[in-house]
Amino acid sequence: MSRVFGDKKTILILLLPTLSIYVLLKVIPVAWSLGLSFFQGNTLRGFEFVGLDNFREFAGDSAALNSVWVSVSFAVIVTVAQVTFGYLLALLYVFVLRKGSAFVRTAVFFPMVLPTVAVALLFKSLIAVGENQGPVNDAINAFGGESIEFLASTAGTMTIAVIMTLWSSMGFYAVLLYTGLLDIPEEVVESARMDGATGPRLVGYIIIPLSLPILLSSIIFSLNATLKVFDSLLALNNGGPGTTTAPLTLYMYRTAFEYAEYGYGSTIALALTLLCLVFTLVVFRPSSKRVED
Amino acid sequence: MNIRHRRRTVVTASALLATSLTLAACSGGEDTDSGSGSDTGSDSDAGSSIGTDPDSFEVMSSNENPTLRDQLDALAANQCSAENEALPLEHRTIAQADTVQQITLLASQGALPSHFIAGTDQVRPTGDLGGSELVLDYQEAFTESGAWENVLPAAASTIESVYGQMVSMPYQYNLEGFWYNKEILAELGLEEPQSYDELVDAADAAAEAGYIPIAQAGADGWPLTRLMGLYIFRNVGPDAMAAVRDGEASLTDPEYVAGAQALQDLALGGALGEGFISRTGDQATAALLSGQALMKYDGTWLLSAVNDPERNEVGEENIGFMPFPDVSGGAGSADQYPANAGAAMAINPETYGPLTADWFACIAENYGQQALSDAGVLSGFAVNGDVGDIPAATADIQERMSSIDETVLWFEALLDSESNSLASTNASLLVNGDMSAEEYMTQLQDSIDSNR
Repeated sequence: MSRVFGDKKTILILLLPTLSIYVLLKVIPVAWSLGLSFFQGNTLRGFEFVGLDNFREFAGDSAALNSVWVSVSFAVIVTVAQVTFGYLLALLYVFVLRKGSAFVRTAVFFPMVLPTVAVALLFKSLIAVGENQGPVNDAINAFGGESIEFLASTAGTMTIAVIMTLWSSMGFYAVLLYTGLLDIPEEVVESARMDGATGPRLVGYIIIPLSLPILLSSIIFSLNATLKVFDSLLALNNGGPGTTTAPLTLYMYRTAFEYAEYGYGSTIALALTLLCLVFTLVVFRPSSKRVED
Repeated sequence: MNIRHRRRTVVTASALLATSLTLAACSGGEDTDSGSGSDTGSDSDAGSSIGTDPDSFEVMSSNENPTLRDQLDALAANQCSAENEALPLEHRTIAQADTVQQITLLASQGALPSHFIAGTDQVRPTGDLGGSELVLDYQEAFTESGAWENVLPAAASTIESVYGQMVSMPYQYNLEGFWYNKEILAELGLEEPQSYDELVDAADAAAEAGYIPIAQAGADGWPLTRLMGLYIFRNVGPDAMAAVRDGEASLTDPEYVAGAQALQDLALGGALGEGFISRTGDQATAALLSGQALMKYDGTWLLSAVNDPERNEVGEENIGFMPFPDVSGGAGSADQYPANAGAAMAINPETYGPLTADWFACIAENYGQQALSDAGVLSGFAVNGDVGDIPAATADIQERMSSIDETVLWFEALLDSESNSLASTNASLLVNGDMSAEEYMTQLQDSIDSNR
């Protein structure tokens, strides 16, 4: 085997097809988009080199800055919530339900396979008010409260979006973390128990440190997925009311494709890339040190 | 150290990879020559052979508008069968929301169909298509082929004022106003409101009696801005928005802010019913046609629903139409109906050869009669020939259309696409009270100024 992989020609032959497709479909478009950030215009009007104008515009664009805020706050809130709940569920599977967890795991995972748009429509009808009032407001009415139009306010829309995302993706993180917990050697847990560690102390001193790598992967995974949130906020309330819940991705889409400003759209995409990079580095830097230690 | 370094590279690479999809989406298709538009320009002196005929008569319309496709198919089978034989009709469809993106891409590749839907802003003289002569100003070509006389003058003037040139075929010609339930109005002991104040009083009375006063579809945005826009047109006069476009007036002027204020007052006063911000167009129509709502502001395209006994539970005879009423002391008048001619359907000059010209002439001659008799759709083409029995509501609208001297556009009609979008998205913040009338108008005016 080592002789095969020692041969440079073999490496080249094996690598070339994949690499060329990767370069063609990923690297070139990314580089192209990067270059577009310095231009203004679209394919019809033509492109005009504007230097750093797009970046200056971005810094002073209140809609763009609001979108950054929406993306970041959504990512942080959802990541904290879904990794926490996912971890709690995983602990439940491993330590409480044990062998009988298969059904619960499947049931909690199930919403993950539903298309986001369908989930958004479902939640929209659950919280509907007016002529076709949904069960949530029916319940509020039953307790004597007045119907609330959740989608009429920024806080309401964000709350529903967070709950909706949690409902659909919590099960996925639970399964991901569950596999991590299964990797913890039984003997370690047993000996800790013998030493008198139970409940929160067992989790805090043994389980969490030993499942840290998978926990960090989940956090990075979740941050990258939620920073790029698009479909759920679009389908739920079209980034509204106004543009107060429009994430950076939606703003980029509108700028590039609805207003046909490809240059500025690419600048927004670049900002999003940098944002993902910063978040990943922030999470990884301290963690890689600790894992190596 | 080495491990650390490699790890960091992997992280960087994976972060880039994770977002490259988003980036890739923005970078499609810019490798074609962006200036290709300029050398395909139409030479209007060449008459009916402005371009060369392709192999088929390709029409690209929106998924959301099956009526157009059905009527063109009917023409191809009957009145225009000769034209269809010479140059067979072919349909292509796109989602209306993707129009600007798709058409920009096709135009940059020189692959526009003979006849296509386009964004309002794109076909204006200042737009990406209209500015580089990628759409045909068809008045001269139609005059030559004899088709021009079939385009109704009212529709022509509407197209001229929306797009700044004759670049869209008037497959629809719509007026807008309040559709109302005559029975509920009678039950409340009221007459058709003749002033804005009477309208507000009627809304209050309807709310008190448990009806939805004005069933607007807040989820769509525009049904809200229409009310504000019409208040402004009635208050300031029919040239209100042209003055804003030309920089002679600002949306922050008190008479414009009054329009936004009127909409906010209407909404916060409960005149739009419960849950109107997330109400969809279909729900709003259903509320009117099932007798839950007193009225709904909408276009005459609602006729097909009004005339459909399956959808209209209150009966065609119980639904009336009235213009947006006068605002007391205003410079505009209720006779100035808002009019529009549907989404822009442009003609590609490059493919406008003799056979294509015949097709357009045949459409202009026959579409009016075909659409009216078959689908009850009022178009901007002359109705040549017999259309049989027309429902009362349709006849009423037809009569109003024939007696109109002056029309107005809708609020966003003359705005650029970004401000247009902002006007309807921000409307929900205005009506829920998060944004004041001044803030709303200031943001919109800022957007107009920065896109000038």
